[in-house]
Amino acid sequence: MIWQLDILILTIVVICAVSAIWVKDLLSSAILLGVYSFLMCILWAELGAVDVAFTEAAVGAGISTAFFIGAIYQTTRRTKD
Amino acid sequence: MIKDFDNIIIKTVCRILTPFLQIFALYVIAHGHYSPGGGFQGGCILGASFILLVIAYDIDTVKKRMSEKLNTVMCSLGVIIYAGIGLTCLILGANYLDYGILHRVLPVDAVKARAMGTLGIEIGVGITVMSVMISIFLNIASGGKHEEGAID
Repeated sequence: MIWQLDILILTIVVICAVSAIWVKDLLSSAILLGVYSFLMCILWAELGAVDVAFTEAAVGAGISTAFFIGAIYQTTRRTKD
Repeated sequence: MIKDFDNIIIKTVCRILTPFLQIFALYVIAHGHYSPGGGFQGGCILGASFILLVIAYDIDTVKKRMSEKLNTVMCSLGVIIYAGIGLTCLILGANYLDYGILHRVLPVDAVKARAMGTLGIEIGVGITVMSVMISIFLNIASGGKHEEGAID
C-alpha cells in the first residue's frame, strides 16, 4: 500500500466522477464512468482486495459501460419538441 | 439499432479475440475457489464475449449461435443446478448447500466432495449470469423488439 499512489488515484477518481455529471454529452458521460470504474478497480487491487477488483473490472468497466452505450444508442442527440 | 457496418479490422480482431475471452472465462469459473474470480465474474466475461460479437457484427449473427430459446433455457438451467445441489445436500441429511455430505453420492471423500460441490455451484451461477447478461443487452440494444425480428 503506497499512500502517494492512493492519493493520485483518488484524485483522478473524484475528477472523473465530477466530470461524468458535468459533461453535456451522454456518450462522454458513459465513457467517463467506465474510466471511473477502472480506476476504482486499480484502487481495490492496490488495497489488496483482488476479488473485488476483478468484479469491478468485469461488471463496472466492462458490462455496465456496454449497457450504457446500448441505452444511449436509443436516444437522439437533440430533443424533438 | 446495431447495424452491420463493414470494417474488416474490427470484425477480424473481435472474431479472433472471442475464443480467448471464453477460455479465460472458463478458467476464471473453474479456479474460482483457488484464486480471485468465481461464477459471477466468469459469467460476466462469458456474456461480454457475446456482447463484443453483437457490437462488432449484428444481433442476428449472435442469435444464430445463441438463440433466444437456448438463452432462456440456460438462464433457468443455472438456477436448477444451484438449487439441485443445495437440495441434494438437504435430502442427504445435511443443511442446505452443505457440500460435505455429498461424499455419499460422489465416489470421493468429504474434503474433495466439498470442493466439487463448490465447483458445481460456480458453474450454475456462471451459466445464469452469462445468459442474463446477453438477454439484458439484447433487450436494451434492440429496444425490446428483437424477438419479433424487427431489427433495423
